[in-house]
Amino acid sequence: MANHALNPMLAELRERVEQLEGGATRARQVLPFGVAEVDRALPGGGLAFGALHEVAGGGGGTVDGAAAALFVAGIAARSRGKVLWCMTRPDLFFPAVAQAGLHPDRVVFCESDREEEALSAMEEGLSFGGLAAAVGELVRLPMTASRRLQLAAEKTGAMGIVLRRWRRQNEASDYGQPTASTTRWRISTLPSERLPVAGVGRARWLAELMRVKAGECAEFEIGAPDAQGRIDLLPTTRDGADQTARWRSLAG
Amino acid sequence: MPADKPLVVIARRGSKRWISAADPAALKLGLRIGMAASKAQAMVADLLLVDAAPAEDAAALERLALWALRQYSPVVAVDGADGLVIDTEGADHLHGGEALLVSGLVNMLRGRGLTARAAVADTWGAAHALARMLAVETTVVPVDNVTKAVIDLPIVALRLPAETVQGLRVLGIDTVGQLSAMPRAPLTLRFGPDPARRLDQLFGRVAEPIEPIRTPELVEVSKNFAEPIGAPETIAKYVKRLVDQLSAKLAENGLGARRCDLAIHRVDNTRQHLRAGLAKPVRDPGPLSKLLWDRIETIDPGFGIEKLVLVAVFAEPLEERQVVSSLIEEEIADITPLVDILGNRGHRLFRVAPVASDVPERSVRRIPATAPDIGQTWANKWPRPSRLLANPERIDVMALLPDQPPVVFTWRGKRRKVVRADGPERIFGEWWMRPREFQAVRDYFVVEDELGERYWVYRAGDGIDPETGSHLWFLHGVFG
Repeated sequence: MANHALNPMLAELRERVEQLEGGATRARQVLPFGVAEVDRALPGGGLAFGALHEVAGGGGGTVDGAAAALFVAGIAARSRGKVLWCMTRPDLFFPAVAQAGLHPDRVVFCESDREEEALSAMEEGLSFGGLAAAVGELVRLPMTASRRLQLAAEKTGAMGIVLRRWRRQNEASDYGQPTASTTRWRISTLPSERLPVAGVGRARWLAELMRVKAGECAEFEIGAPDAQGRIDLLPTTRDGADQTARWRSLAG
Repeated sequence: MPADKPLVVIARRGSKRWISAADPAALKLGLRIGMAASKAQAMVADLLLVDAAPAEDAAALERLALWALRQYSPVVAVDGADGLVIDTEGADHLHGGEALLVSGLVNMLRGRGLTARAAVADTWGAAHALARMLAVETTVVPVDNVTKAVIDLPIVALRLPAETVQGLRVLGIDTVGQLSAMPRAPLTLRFGPDPARRLDQLFGRVAEPIEPIRTPELVEVSKNFAEPIGAPETIAKYVKRLVDQLSAKLAENGLGARRCDLAIHRVDNTRQHLRAGLAKPVRDPGPLSKLLWDRIETIDPGFGIEKLVLVAVFAEPLEERQVVSSLIEEEIADITPLVDILGNRGHRLFRVAPVASDVPERSVRRIPATAPDIGQTWANKWPRPSRLLANPERIDVMALLPDQPPVVFTWRGKRRKVVRADGPERIFGEWWMRPREFQAVRDYFVVEDELGERYWVYRAGDGIDPETGSHLWFLHGVFG
């Protein structure tokens, strides 16, 4: 973070606290988004490996988690190694995930009958070591469970991502409950990027960083992951001529 | 051997030659099992006769039992001269329940050219009787319903010697129900203890443990305890020792275990079995014992465990292989041990692979989690939704025919106005899969509502020709 450089004393203090926490035995690794504004909001300049992250959808996405799944797929695509994807409802359509850059050979799916089993499978995956990330599509994430996942992730350095999706939209208020996760995101859909012709452009999302340990909350308007899983910052554009003009100037 | 001619198998007893088995064609011509060979030849002119080979039959049955031991359950034994007995307890859920287990088994055997009948019941005796006496392929008797199911069966089903059955028939006893209504004492005096014992076994009043089939090739280690053990830590310790011994033995033979069974003999003469399956042959004691430790909590030691037996029921050659090391790239870890651990807990593990099909629900197939890398991905560049509904849902739509996207649609009771849309992407039916799809067409549209939520909807039919589909609209997926 930028303020580390400003205050060397504070940085040193933070380092010592980290040493006490035991996390410093391994060099903290992060997975940057490659977008300066987003990375600046995250301590270490990216999404931390060896930590638990929570992602959920907003609006209709609380139930289907479609945008959140693609956001997670984009993150997983940019990591290196195998990914374990635990779930109870097998409705992920992989061609879409492959379009976000995640190769089907890298993902091992684990389908369980019950929510608790999916949770235990995810914990086992995190504590196994050798996985780049373990993703779990879960409804509930109690404090104890999230703490276990976070500890398992810390031990091996794998990234844990919990994709929250609820049965009904009104159950999503559960997302305010405290958990041990390092970051918490909410991905809501925005009207897609305007095209100069009729049609649906690149999907745009509102990514809310609702909680981040040792950091500030933030909101970003981003474009859905491209074929390499990279997101883009797409600032809000008013409906009307300016967007078309910008596009024309780019084309011309 | 011509397939269209009736075929019978001839067995010999003393100087008597009789039919011991007949194919459906022969049975249709009126030949029956137990008929004299000369009579059969007199009845059917071009009958094919094959001499029975009981020794070869027994060997084949044993091979079948070993196959079932690997595939189905840790406890499999040969039952009589013509059957197998499988203890499915704790193994049926892996095949989707008892009914699916037996129908799958019968179908698998049919695929190998064998005709089989199977029955699942509470006791060995009941299953034995039902499989042989009912004319249906598969029978599943619900728990505690054995009495009702077997009461009308003939006493031949009771695994009694032929003379006893004959003697009981002389007394006018034909069914199991009649026999169980007889007073025990005179019955035992006349025929010995067998009829009463078989009845008790049939109804589950006395235990009848199944001694699983073993062959000299199976690598087996065991440990007897002078003092019965029961504490989980003690069990874990001895399991580890057994696994060490087993892997040493496997290493001697150059084998790796694919399936391991741990048999737990309790002091009250009951047994429990734990099975650990592995995706690839393994003889490293670490992961092997981890798989067994994982399930120690399911062991009920009762009054104590007096013996532990560990068998590698399915072993495959395993060669040590040198790993190519490169100093620059970090090795991507092999996740087979994780797949084994999760797989043994009953999770379904799989990967997905592309299928060359434009129909969305057919474009993905599941492959085993440890299958070699496919290397391919979906070639299609059209946008695809990240969630695909298993069953497309009907939506009410207002749209211009033939090829305009909807203007408004109602899905799950919510009316949505379409702001932007893309399409149609026409997908044709695959007539080589189902003849009904010969003319079927789906026109897919990507639609976006006012909130920016994007959906994948389609119209069944091309909008002009009613032959191509019902022209109803469906929602098939949700985009991120």
